Amino acid sequence: MPLLQIKNLTHWFGGLRAVHNFHENLEEGEIVGLIGPNGAGKTTIFNLICGIYKPTQGEIIFDGENLVGLPPHVITSKGIGRTFQKLRLWRHLSVLDTIKLAHFSRKNYGLFDALFWTRRCQKQEEEIEERTWELLKIFGLTQYAYARAWDLPYGLQRKVEMVRALVSEPKLLLLDEPTVGMTLREMYETMDLIREMKEKFDLTILIIEHRMKVIMNLCERIKAIDFGEIIADGTPDEIRNNPRVIEAYLGKEVEV
Amino acid sequence: MMKSLIQKVRSRVNEIPTHAWLLGLLVATLIERLVGDAVAGSLGLGIIPRLFGVRYILTKPLLIPSMMAYLLVIYLVPISIVAWFSAPLIKKLPSRLSTPIFLLLLYGALHIWGGLDEYRLLVLQFILISILLTASLNLTNGYMGEFSCASGGFMAVGAYVTSVLTVWGFVNDDVFGPPALPPAIGPFMFPIALIIGGIVTALTALLVAIPSFRTRGDYLAIISLAYTFIIKSFLENLELVGGPRGFMHMPKWANLPVVFLWTLAGLWVMHNYVSSLLGKGAPGVRDDELAAEVMTVDTRRVKVITFMLSAFWTGVAGGLFAHVMGYINPATFGIMKTAEIMAMLYMGGLNSITGSIVGAVLLKFLMEALRPLQVAKWIFIPVIIIFFMIRRPWGLVSFREFGILRKEVKRAPASD
Repeated sequence: MPLLQIKNLTHWFGGLRAVHNFHENLEEGEIVGLIGPNGAGKTTIFNLICGIYKPTQGEIIFDGENLVGLPPHVITSKGIGRTFQKLRLWRHLSVLDTIKLAHFSRKNYGLFDALFWTRRCQKQEEEIEERTWELLKIFGLTQYAYARAWDLPYGLQRKVEMVRALVSEPKLLLLDEPTVGMTLREMYETMDLIREMKEKFDLTILIIEHRMKVIMNLCERIKAIDFGEIIADGTPDEIRNNPRVIEAYLGKEVEV
Repeated sequence: MMKSLIQKVRSRVNEIPTHAWLLGLLVATLIERLVGDAVAGSLGLGIIPRLFGVRYILTKPLLIPSMMAYLLVIYLVPISIVAWFSAPLIKKLPSRLSTPIFLLLLYGALHIWGGLDEYRLLVLQFILISILLTASLNLTNGYMGEFSCASGGFMAVGAYVTSVLTVWGFVNDDVFGPPALPPAIGPFMFPIALIIGGIVTALTALLVAIPSFRTRGDYLAIISLAYTFIIKSFLENLELVGGPRGFMHMPKWANLPVVFLWTLAGLWVMHNYVSSLLGKGAPGVRDDELAAEVMTVDTRRVKVITFMLSAFWTGVAGGLFAHVMGYINPATFGIMKTAEIMAMLYMGGLNSITGSIVGAVLLKFLMEALRPLQVAKWIFIPVIIIFFMIRRPWGLVSFREFGILRKEVKRAPASD
């Protein structure tokens, strides 16, 4: 049974059909790329999976459970991590607090424990703190722990965001253009990081990317969409030579 | 030679712990109690300067040198000497006792200082209540980044509910008749009355929270402002509690130790909350609500809890205020009160309990000190606030904590 099963997904923004009849069977351990021109509906699909939008029609089944209609924080705590196309780090929080806050669903003390700092709260806070430091150590961010995430260089900010997405021990990671705005060197580093994370955390990854180099290198399978509809699905080589993909990106060939 | 000596002294002064300064202050207040009147008399001041003599700057400039001399003899010299010589001793204190001793010293100093003069005592009580008010407003406006204007309204609800309870229970009053409960147990039931007042306030806050937290932006500001006005006109039209004439005969149970303990309890609880992961959800909501939601934070719950907690402590502060004054009327809790608390918050600093304390103490002190200016005070104080907003838009102490308010769950690993 596939880890993520999307059937018949359709979403309308008022009179605009952003996603039409999207389907996908994501097997455990796969890295799948999602490509398409700007405005094709890639990020909308991510937002539908995360529950930020409620789909007009269709089913999203993750690990045997239908996610449609659940609030985002419930969906993500079930094991879906994501990063954003435009960085969405908390502006005033230190790297330490940023990673800590993503542990929110892991604590199970109540309001009373928090208000009176009971033993139970203290114990869990300590565990979370410890786990945070461990994660920081794994990704080499220990030295930036007390710096505000916003003050770090761009590449590191991306890294912090990815670590933040990993906190809930997701089975599925959604990466929305992880190398956008990066230099070539940062791009290669990020690709290594993605591979490393996949190994270490047994991830299944769905990745949106415009840089073909990244997509072709990382993904085993690629899905191309345009105007919300799937136009191609296959291995990197198949996609590279698919006439409909070329048409979507470059336009139709004209006889002269 | 000279330079190195100055450097040496400076580095030693920097090393003096806060406890030592507090001990110095305690000794200074003791000295003031013993010889204050005599010193003030011999310097030609008449009575001891009530608020460190700041008022003389405005009213009797000729007395400034005497005032300076008084401050030097009574405060500056004893504090410096005691702090300097007790520092090595205090450094030996076990860290477990550090906080209780800090609080004992602080309370001791306040008690003696305030005990010398009725007016001082009143100012102290108001300052402590303001600290509680500012810190609880900080929860919503600072930590959560919403803009709540409901402080006045919350205070009114807390004050009226608590007052009605105590007057009905323990006072022979022409509205509620003879006391319903034996008056002897009154002071012990006072905390319960305060808590009930706080809970009722928090429940009314829920009414504001439900419609306004579905969206973000200015809605909470508008709805909470409306709330303050609705509460005020509701109370003005409620004949049972005196309408616009106000409500009186509250026993003055909120003396200095009571107010001090409640302020302490409030700060402790709120500080625990914002240090916990549950409370850290609030800054997450402020900085990026969508990211918080996707990173498993139950934003709806965090928002409602934070707002209600803020309302609870504002209500308790209102109850304390009523039992310091012994008389309240609806006009006290209008938009001016809300603005005053906001000014303290934005001057002191967002996202910091330390900042709230600094802001409340500074502004309240300033307001009392500038009283001789009469109406001109209301030109002077806004100018100061505008200056702060330009120079330090987040307030004096923001996003940081100092001293005993700094909480680290577990120390960072030394190295990796």
